[in-house]
Amino acid sequence: MTALVYLEQTDGAVDEPSLQAATMASSLGGGAEVHAVVAADTAALAPAGPLPVDAVQVAVHEAFGSYAPLAVAEAVVELAGRLGATCVVGPGTERGNEVLAHVAALLDLPLAANCVAVADGGVTRVRWGGSLLEEARVDAPTLLLTVQPHAVAAEPGAGDPPSVETFTPTLSDAALALRVVERVGAATGGVSLADARVVVSGGRGAGSEEGFAPIEELAELLEAAVGCSRAVTMAGWRPHTDQVGQTGTKIAPEIYIACGISGATQHMAGCKGAKRILAINADREAPILQSADYAVIGDLHEVVPAISAAIRAARSG
Amino acid sequence: MRVLVCVKRVPMTGGTIVLTDDDRAIETRHLGFTISPHEECGVEEAVRLVEANGGESVVLTLGPTEAEEQLRDAMAIGADRATHVVTDGQEWDPQATASAILEAIRDDEAANGPFDLVVFGNESADAGNFQVGIRVAHALERPVATGLKALTVDGGMARCEQETAGGRDVYVLQLPAVVTVKEGLNLPRYPSVPGRLRAQRKPIETRTPERPAPRLAMARLVVPEGEGKQAEVLGEGAAAAPRVVEVLREIGVLA
Repeated sequence: MTALVYLEQTDGAVDEPSLQAATMASSLGGGAEVHAVVAADTAALAPAGPLPVDAVQVAVHEAFGSYAPLAVAEAVVELAGRLGATCVVGPGTERGNEVLAHVAALLDLPLAANCVAVADGGVTRVRWGGSLLEEARVDAPTLLLTVQPHAVAAEPGAGDPPSVETFTPTLSDAALALRVVERVGAATGGVSLADARVVVSGGRGAGSEEGFAPIEELAELLEAAVGCSRAVTMAGWRPHTDQVGQTGTKIAPEIYIACGISGATQHMAGCKGAKRILAINADREAPILQSADYAVIGDLHEVVPAISAAIRAARSG
Repeated sequence: MRVLVCVKRVPMTGGTIVLTDDDRAIETRHLGFTISPHEECGVEEAVRLVEANGGESVVLTLGPTEAEEQLRDAMAIGADRATHVVTDGQEWDPQATASAILEAIRDDEAANGPFDLVVFGNESADAGNFQVGIRVAHALERPVATGLKALTVDGGMARCEQETAGGRDVYVLQLPAVVTVKEGLNLPRYPSVPGRLRAQRKPIETRTPERPAPRLAMARLVVPEGEGKQAEVLGEGAAAAPRVVEVLREIGVLA
């Protein structure tokens, strides 16, 4: 029995979600041998250091000089066939899901995306961005799955580092044509929402575009990023790039200050990574209070300026 | 140009998810339904493309009889007609969904010529399988770009911008092509009253294929255990501010 895990790398280092996927692949049991596959345009980009796998196969092709999802999938399929893999695993990232979906389409096999657990012929996977779990059976000779990020802790490999081999995959014209041809840098300025240590967000309770003034003021004092709920972007008060949620940005700050946000599952799926949540809400019954660590009961237009004033007073005092 | 946009009817779950007694579905008796968010932007994009280039936009869904509501919503903001693959309310797995959509596309294209663009959401809000659009693209032997936050069509080519951590990756696809889009691609318009009235008269073609046995078969749903948190109330109104400052200091985000 052989499992194959697709690893994503950044600058020669394996990404954390891929290490987690490799860890889950190595825990599948039955003494499965675990092979990893990475795609690179030069053999020099083989991952260094210990990994929880027995062997690393580097698919080397000039097509991998920029991201080429179908080409990666064809390399994975070629290797899975050669190894007789009974399980192909990828990270449950945007790209991991994309590559494994191409693999599934090429092999006409089911794919279970964003799994948190695997047991005999069955998987547990996330729905609704993590607000719900699904137990499912998979009817396939080869199990294809991706691993939900942070569902398992990545374990470094024990013992000898894995053997490294290279191969040149055979790629179709369609695969060679489907690749990134240009990168556009992100707009800079301000604190990035995804990486911010503190995020201050407003919801429907902000009341209007102008209602974000006190939220922006507090964010500036805390060197925080400003976020918002989906209701706010749908109303056109803030750009979608500010939206925290299942269909917006996933955040992981030290503290998330949610002002006038009720806490719909769509929103909470985006702030599960926050270490602490402070909810400022006029409604004591708001669902967000079930997920928050701290709460202030009151209108954000009264509470937030008072917090800003107290911070200023503390600094000058 | 001809554009097809595929949408899914999903419940608006609100604050907490409650399951039916058999743990196989979300209890929706007291919930409204909507088009899954990424796909709302897909509908808006399809309508804008046809407004700019002429042609026809078609909306397709696979879902229960009630999903007609979402087709009418899409036609109210401008889609010209609809195809409804009617199910008995049971969930279809991604492969079965892709096959049924493929058959509908093939029949439509046989009668009306190829779609220049077939648009999907990157993933549905509920099941989140991340694969139906890619499977359909493979079956049609057309290129597919996923997770788009910007799309420009010009001279038989589609420039597709995919959001990444450090910026955006650009693909250029030759039409006909398949794309999957994300919320933020555009700001969908609200349907007008005349738009809603027009939508009532637009045609819906229905299809009722057999549901194949699922190969990814949902056995049951589980609401993850909450962390059992109940927020510590720091105070009420402006009077709570000093206590908030203390907490911010304690956790080290305020010097």
